[in-house]
Amino acid sequence: MGMTMTQKILASKSGLEEVRAGQFIEADIDLALGNDVTAPVAIREFQRSGAETVYDKNKVAIVPDHFTPNKDVKAAEQCKYIREFALRQDLTNYFEVGQMGIEHCLIPEKGLAVPGDAIIGADSHTCTYGALGAFSTGVGSTDLAAVMARGKCWLKVPAGIKFNLSGAMGKWVSGKDLILHIIGMIGVDGALYQSMEFAGEGTGALTMDDRFTVANMAIEAGAKNGIFPVDDKTTEYVKAHSNRPYKVFEADDDAPYTRVININLAALRPTVAFPHLPENTKTIDDVGEVKIDQVVIGSCTNGRIGDLRIAADILRGRKVKKGVRVIVFPGTQAIYLQAVKEGLVTDIVEAGAAFSTPTCGPCLGGHMGILAEGERAVSTTNRNFVGRMGHVKSEVYLASPAVAAASALTGRIEDPANI
Amino acid sequence: MSKVYKYGNNVDTDVIIPARYLNTSDDKELASHCMEDIDAGFVKTVREGDVIVAGTNFGCGSSREHAPIAMKVSGISCVIAETFARIFFRNAINIGLPILECPEAVHGTQAGDELDIDLESGTIRNITRGKTFKAEPFPPFMKRIIDAGGLIGAISEKK
Repeated sequence: MGMTMTQKILASKSGLEEVRAGQFIEADIDLALGNDVTAPVAIREFQRSGAETVYDKNKVAIVPDHFTPNKDVKAAEQCKYIREFALRQDLTNYFEVGQMGIEHCLIPEKGLAVPGDAIIGADSHTCTYGALGAFSTGVGSTDLAAVMARGKCWLKVPAGIKFNLSGAMGKWVSGKDLILHIIGMIGVDGALYQSMEFAGEGTGALTMDDRFTVANMAIEAGAKNGIFPVDDKTTEYVKAHSNRPYKVFEADDDAPYTRVININLAALRPTVAFPHLPENTKTIDDVGEVKIDQVVIGSCTNGRIGDLRIAADILRGRKVKKGVRVIVFPGTQAIYLQAVKEGLVTDIVEAGAAFSTPTCGPCLGGHMGILAEGERAVSTTNRNFVGRMGHVKSEVYLASPAVAAASALTGRIEDPANI
Repeated sequence: MSKVYKYGNNVDTDVIIPARYLNTSDDKELASHCMEDIDAGFVKTVREGDVIVAGTNFGCGSSREHAPIAMKVSGISCVIAETFARIFFRNAINIGLPILECPEAVHGTQAGDELDIDLESGTIRNITRGKTFKAEPFPPFMKRIIDAGGLIGAISEKK
């Protein structure tokens, strides 16, 4: 019996001919990632392990992005702690405010993730790099500490679910709608402990930005990773961002999947996840009248240039509805600059929206856009749990950049086709 | 003996320890806000040795290890759930917070029940209801990590 794409990468990284679902392995890790929330605990555990230097100073990346620019004294102390560690260890890939970005937008842009890699990060959305045909998964701080010390990570080989995509998405439908549709269908634990492997001719119709968004939210279905096959779009992206050699893996024709789900992309509609779980989805046709107080466009899920272009297309020459706050967060400094050069920032600011430096801030209710009791936000982020963006009685509705931007103009969850 | 705190499905790490407190990694400070957004009374009444019992997908969401740390330092001695989200599962094993997957025990236990748990055999005795449940024991690979007191203990031994 063959192996899934994920299983083939894991076999290769653990020096085995083949692996089977459920098997425990130790995989060699190509990149280990931490941020200002998870790295402080990892560094403490790294030091407790007796290790003195990281296994490879080019393969450990630290990105202070959650509470940066430092939101308060405590956050500043945590950032100082990880900065000093990064300098002491002479880490090549430490990215300071001013050169940084939201980690999962930044790492591919810097060419630090390529096809066939095995990547772990102490951040749940590390699964984003599956868009590039890499195995990447979120772990905790102690896992990161162990990888920083030894370069290896214990993993249980996952079974896989295959998503067979066909057709192409219509206007105003994007990768966000695809992944919300899937989570709505299989539930927030529908892929628990498993890989989500995307396949079929429909994958070729998805832009790289769409694929990053889809892989990013694999964790919201409980998955260990989400992964796309490598095609011309992937290799073009990699060529533009990295000069590292890479290896392309493909699922075997007889790979064992626990489930195969067929999705016709042409049938998808803009989709919104209602509070308080990403699985509570409705299509835009069924949302009814939902008045909103805030719109957030950005994050590791939807902070890429393609997302900003869609938002700017809708906001251009129009005005944000009175009483609605709109905050736009580009994923990285390079995306920020690109948005400036293309005039997108002008369109967004002239419409009456705020344009911020990259940060995870509002997505996790950290800073830069907290909700008061009873307030509602439409957000292009990834979680709408109780209290996620602020008060425990506030509400988050997850949607695409197109729906979010359209909603900014009317003050209610809006179909972009109506603008 | 352990008193039970019972919760439903999909308890996420944002309610176990809200992000607004993640500007510190001080264990005791994290513990003082444990479960705050789902059960404001938890930290006032939890005692050393108490147990959390919950439904499916416990610990979903963020990878923050602060969640199992806050529970462990609060005094929680074991979490029993129908299923765990995978990063929480890893984190609990890695920091030495005992966890057991046992749907029968979850269905047969209510808030406030007294449990007696033998981790070695995976036996869960509900003293209040006079029932006994059995969780699947951990595979040897994970048991080695647990026996070493967590992943750092396990990798330190390897050296």
